[in-house]
Amino acid sequence: MTADPYNIIITGVGGQGNVLAARVLGNMLLRRGYEVTIGETFGATQRGGSVMSHLRVAKYGVWSPQIPRGRAHMIVSLEPAEAVRVLKDYGNEDVKVLSNTRPVYPVSVIAGDVVYPPVEEIRDRVQALIPGARFIDATEEALKMGSPILSNIIMLGALSCILPISVGRSDFEAAISGFVPVDALDTNLRAFDRGTEMV
Amino acid sequence: MNQKKHSPRLLMMGNDAIARGALEAGIQIASGYPGTPSSEIIENLSRSAAERNIYVEWSTNEKVAAEVAAAASFAGLRSLCVMKQNGVNVASDFLLHLAHSGTRGGMVLVSCDDPGALSSVNEGDSRPFARLLEVPLLEPGDFQEAKDMTRWAFELSEEIRNFVFLRSVTRMSHASGCVTAGDLPEKARRPAFRHKGFLLDPDSGPVISLLPGVPELKHGPQQEKLRKAAKLFEKSSFNTYKGPEKPDLLIITSSACSLYSREAVHLLGLEDRVGILKMGTTWPLPPELMKRHLTAPDRILIVEEVLPFLEENVKILAAEAAAELGIKTFYGKKSGHIPSVGELNPDVVISALRKILGLPADDSTADFLKKAGAIAASAAPHRELTFCPGCPHRASYWSIHNAIELDGREGFVCGDIGCYTLGFLPCGFGTLKTIHSMGSGTGIASGFGQIRRFEMDQPILAVCGDSTFFHAAIPALINAVHHRSPVTIIVLDNRGTAMTGFQPHPGLDVSVMGEPAVDIDMAEICRSLGARVEIRDPFDLEETERTLKLMMEETDGARVLILRQACSLSPEKKGRKLFEVTVDESVCIGENCGCNRLCTRIFRCPGLLWDGQKKTARIDEVICTGCGVCAGICPSGAITKKEARV
Repeated sequence: MTADPYNIIITGVGGQGNVLAARVLGNMLLRRGYEVTIGETFGATQRGGSVMSHLRVAKYGVWSPQIPRGRAHMIVSLEPAEAVRVLKDYGNEDVKVLSNTRPVYPVSVIAGDVVYPPVEEIRDRVQALIPGARFIDATEEALKMGSPILSNIIMLGALSCILPISVGRSDFEAAISGFVPVDALDTNLRAFDRGTEMV
Repeated sequence: MNQKKHSPRLLMMGNDAIARGALEAGIQIASGYPGTPSSEIIENLSRSAAERNIYVEWSTNEKVAAEVAAAASFAGLRSLCVMKQNGVNVASDFLLHLAHSGTRGGMVLVSCDDPGALSSVNEGDSRPFARLLEVPLLEPGDFQEAKDMTRWAFELSEEIRNFVFLRSVTRMSHASGCVTAGDLPEKARRPAFRHKGFLLDPDSGPVISLLPGVPELKHGPQQEKLRKAAKLFEKSSFNTYKGPEKPDLLIITSSACSLYSREAVHLLGLEDRVGILKMGTTWPLPPELMKRHLTAPDRILIVEEVLPFLEENVKILAAEAAAELGIKTFYGKKSGHIPSVGELNPDVVISALRKILGLPADDSTADFLKKAGAIAASAAPHRELTFCPGCPHRASYWSIHNAIELDGREGFVCGDIGCYTLGFLPCGFGTLKTIHSMGSGTGIASGFGQIRRFEMDQPILAVCGDSTFFHAAIPALINAVHHRSPVTIIVLDNRGTAMTGFQPHPGLDVSVMGEPAVDIDMAEICRSLGARVEIRDPFDLEETERTLKLMMEETDGARVLILRQACSLSPEKKGRKLFEVTVDESVCIGENCGCNRLCTRIFRCPGLLWDGQKKTARIDEVICTGCGVCAGICPSGAITKKEARV
């Protein structure tokens, strides 16, 4: 772990499964002996809105469920524009970024009131700021596997490879078992593995 | 949640920790009404109900929930009652009486507040209720404490013979941290309601709030209980101090704000200068403990959310002890160092500390954040709130809006609390014109209806949800029917308390414990009052609009239109498409369509996309839930639906 507490933000849009991803990751880290604090925003404000989970990973103690401004170490985004939104409040020169490429368009964009730039443009601009930022086609892969809802698990698999904290497949298997029915376990494990192959 | 011995550390949401604490205390009854961020507590307990042999219910509203929990206490059992902050407003009439009568078995009232109104249509603070009710108030400062404090609250309740108020906030209830669970009790209590004793006997007499004309007999002992609580609080381990013996500045704080304060002091490296007094027992404040901590520092900063509750109570104590303590300078909401609206976070506390201590600003990340902000300005378009894809409310508001426009007399709709509150936004075509508390749309409509006698010609409508109908709209509807108020009340019946996670309500035939329940027929209730009732499927746009238009033309008395279609997130619908929806690009006339992209520009379902290159609409197959409603709005017939294969 490169910092204590190590601050991870998992972000996305309501319905993408980001709360589940954060809790699964939290349990994976707990298995490794860390103290974990998670702050979540969900509820009415998330009908079509941005959803963020803040994870604080520490050797000891409870930390604020809100990460202070400019102090994220890792930003995981299930949606490209959301990665940018989080960067402007919590980013810094050393932050790592892992983002899905599939946009979820705000209704104002669907209505034509606002423009959503091409994903390639978002990627280029983020990489100009954070040269190591990774963008992966998690939703495309999830669709190939049969359901877009697996995107969050694919992202977790990818994250496990770039996180400077040692967590792996066995932690995921133990953690996800508490959240999904037994018959969905295998699909989730395959999605996690697929994610590890994408980075 | 049910492991008995040698429990490992678990990652628990604050709400789960509260539920665990209640189980460890041996509760046998839990009641509540759903409301973010409180709902998971009752849901959690319902999952343990069978194994722990406890009774759990979603009550019709918060006042009834409090009454149900109180009954258990009168019979000597421990009971938990849970609600969001607004619920305490609803329950307060009963609670003000209960605080007089006192309780027997331990009873704890949990209120989960929502500073910043993240999931509320008001920003409230339930803590002043503790002062108003004259009952003790506890506020957990982390997740382990949420569990331990809940458990202890029952002991306190039985010690003072009154209910105890425990207040959480969104960043405690909906945050998670590590918790070590304790043991669960082996034995359950046997209930008995003793009522044949002397009128004033707290153990065996009737339970009566107050004897008219002699308040000292009940109100006096109640205040004595509060003094007893303050004495116990002097030694409570939930109040902690961390910092130097003689700090330059003392922070007094509670709840999630204690975590923000700790982080701020840590980041500024002020551990040697600033002390933090974290209070877990915030009403009544233990005077001796407070005086001890107020003696050394000359400057005191109070960090709390919403109202200056702690701030005022500390100031009163300091004024009373001014002869001993001398003159102090207070910082907080009154001084403007802590904002008086909105949620706090570590940065707010950092900024207050910098200002008070004259520390220079830290702009090490400012340059980066400015650059990232420049990208965000064009690459992170604002996400306005909207109904989910396939939401029946979008279809309902489409028809309501069209019926009002076609009627042409400037009719309007009064609304209240639920997902359908968003009807005031573009996603609801700006249809709602008043929004207040649960059921108030119907009550306000009833009032507007009477104004029509002074030659106001505007048609009056109201919407309420199905759970809201049972919670608070029935008395308002009775008022409208009884006084022949010419209004159209629309019940947006999406078959559950959808906004908070689809909890059952009295209209459904199953309880939260999975037991069979009597499903109350809202249409029959309305008919029995003498109201004309129609039931329609909001996905049938044409029929809904036609019915509504006819109902709006009626001038005598209240009528009810029930628009019934399950929420798209409901268990029976989630993940299942009713229709495969497609756009025929050769038929779509895009910007040349009569209303210029009616589907994407006006109807605005997130499942639709506008292809800027081809200049046609298309369906986002990841987002679309297959409700098929958009096929009914396309003037060209370019959007088609065919039944999905299951």
